[in-house]
Amino acid sequence: MINGLLLGGVLALLSLGLNLVFGVIDVVWICYAELIMLGMYGMYFLYTVYHLPIVLGAAICIVGVGVLGLVLHTLVIAPLLGAAPINQLLATGGVLFFLQSAATVLFGVEFRNLGLRLPVLKVAGMFVSYSRLLAFAAALIAMVLVYLFLTRTYTGAAIRAIAQDRQIMPLMGVDTRRIYLITSGLGGALAGLAACLLVLQYDVHPFVGLTFGPITFLICVLGSLGNFAGGFVAAFVFAGIISVGGLYLDLEWGYVFAFAFFIVMMFVRPEGLMARRS
Amino acid sequence: MSRYLPWIGGAALLAMPFVYHQPYPLHILIIILIWSFAYTSWSIMGRFGLVSLGHGGFMGVGAYVTALAWNYGHVSPWIGVPLAVVAAAALATVVAYPCFRFRITGHYFALVTLALSGIVLQVITATRDFTGGSLGYTPERYRGGSSLWAFQFSDKTTWYLIALVVWAAGLYVWSRVDRSMLRYALEAISEDEDAAAATGVHVTAEKLKITVLSATMTALAGALYCQYQMFISPDTVSGISVSLQMVFAVVVGGIYVSLGPTIGAVITILLAEVLRIWFGTRAVGWDNLVYGVLLVLFIIFLPKGIIGSLADLRRSVRWTSS
Repeated sequence: MINGLLLGGVLALLSLGLNLVFGVIDVVWICYAELIMLGMYGMYFLYTVYHLPIVLGAAICIVGVGVLGLVLHTLVIAPLLGAAPINQLLATGGVLFFLQSAATVLFGVEFRNLGLRLPVLKVAGMFVSYSRLLAFAAALIAMVLVYLFLTRTYTGAAIRAIAQDRQIMPLMGVDTRRIYLITSGLGGALAGLAACLLVLQYDVHPFVGLTFGPITFLICVLGSLGNFAGGFVAAFVFAGIISVGGLYLDLEWGYVFAFAFFIVMMFVRPEGLMARRS
Repeated sequence: MSRYLPWIGGAALLAMPFVYHQPYPLHILIIILIWSFAYTSWSIMGRFGLVSLGHGGFMGVGAYVTALAWNYGHVSPWIGVPLAVVAAAALATVVAYPCFRFRITGHYFALVTLALSGIVLQVITATRDFTGGSLGYTPERYRGGSSLWAFQFSDKTTWYLIALVVWAAGLYVWSRVDRSMLRYALEAISEDEDAAAATGVHVTAEKLKITVLSATMTALAGALYCQYQMFISPDTVSGISVSLQMVFAVVVGGIYVSLGPTIGAVITILLAEVLRIWFGTRAVGWDNLVYGVLLVLFIIFLPKGIIGSLADLRRSVRWTSS
């Protein structure tokens, strides 16, 4: 159960950046998980090959993936902002193929890990993985920081305003392009953060994105787009389903139940779990 | 002249294996035809803005139900394939009906269907005691290797003809849909659902029709692939990457023209093969690298695909000259 809770933390962390981009720009970065994969490789190389201190490596990673987010937005999303939303989804699908195979070509298909085993804590007779605890805490802190940024700063207010009405804001003198860039960069940086913490507990390989990519989208949708609290709740709901399903049957069945639950929820509450009924 | 072109082309394709039957090019052609059929099935609904990422799931159902029925129940594919097709249609209805009823459109529809192909993939992996999981699965060989009852043929020419007929049937269905009322209804729906409903189009029913048709054909493609290759794995016939691969090929070829998906299949499969021959095992990943870049470039610069853009070009040339 505790592990389920902590898996929720990991999932929440994963969905944070996507949620921001999805909610504000209304674009599905299908390749989001692949950005995380690149971040994980970044951590791997910085730490095991170049022997940088892990914190410095993490910082470089976060900034690096943030820049990737900017590049992705400028090269792929910006030319398509006027096109049908589905085209944007497909274009990032192309980026997914590209990043996946670029990683295969550059790094090979071997599974790699940091070779760093964090201690397992024993709390009241239960074993709690330290790295999951760390991910959980980081997700919580990152969420609070993003929340503060969105509500307490001028830029944050502009981002929220754009998310609500993207036609009127340019008329109000808000530079939409700049806001989109900031959002993409921030989304990328959050992906980088997720990568730093994931690489502590999972092996990295070029297809690692496919294992947790889909679930990340579903969390964002289920938690109502752009709604961080909702995303958090959804992450824990999914984590609960996956770990309970995994406990009694197989981990795969856990995923099956989670996907099925998502489909049913889309029919019951299409606006997401936390949407206010208007 | 252009009226006879399809017949001449068809006759040439039909006669091809009797004149020239090198096994390797024939194998590539069969694979291209089967995938072309699958892509055509996807584009039948994809062209109306119903972007499904669940077709990998339907294909998986088609392949695995056929294979499992043969291995465990000794049910001939002549019954197994219809069974698989019905299963895929039922699956499509169960998921798509509420989707359309509750008006889940655009990328929400894409995500729901994404979850569907996720489910199929995970179920195949989870039931590894029966399906072999991610290691793949092989239908049992019939004694002599070739049998009409087992729908297994060791001769490539037979397979080529079967694939050709199925592919042509796919194109026929495409053009039937293209000329039907269903097409106009669905085009209206893709423009504006409320307006379409107001003019008397039964939105849910029309969308469901095309989805079930498309899922059925995709399952058939999966079953065909399974019978030809005699080996299926969750990665080759189901899951999200297969779904994306379908979308990609169709977009490159051209989503609004009948031969678009076929051209897409020719390009993608030949690209993979050529890279494989040139680079050998070092090519792992390179084909997808090129795909990815092409996909992005196509969506940004040529959203109508190769054939669609060529047709536009020809039309505009004709306009200016007349």
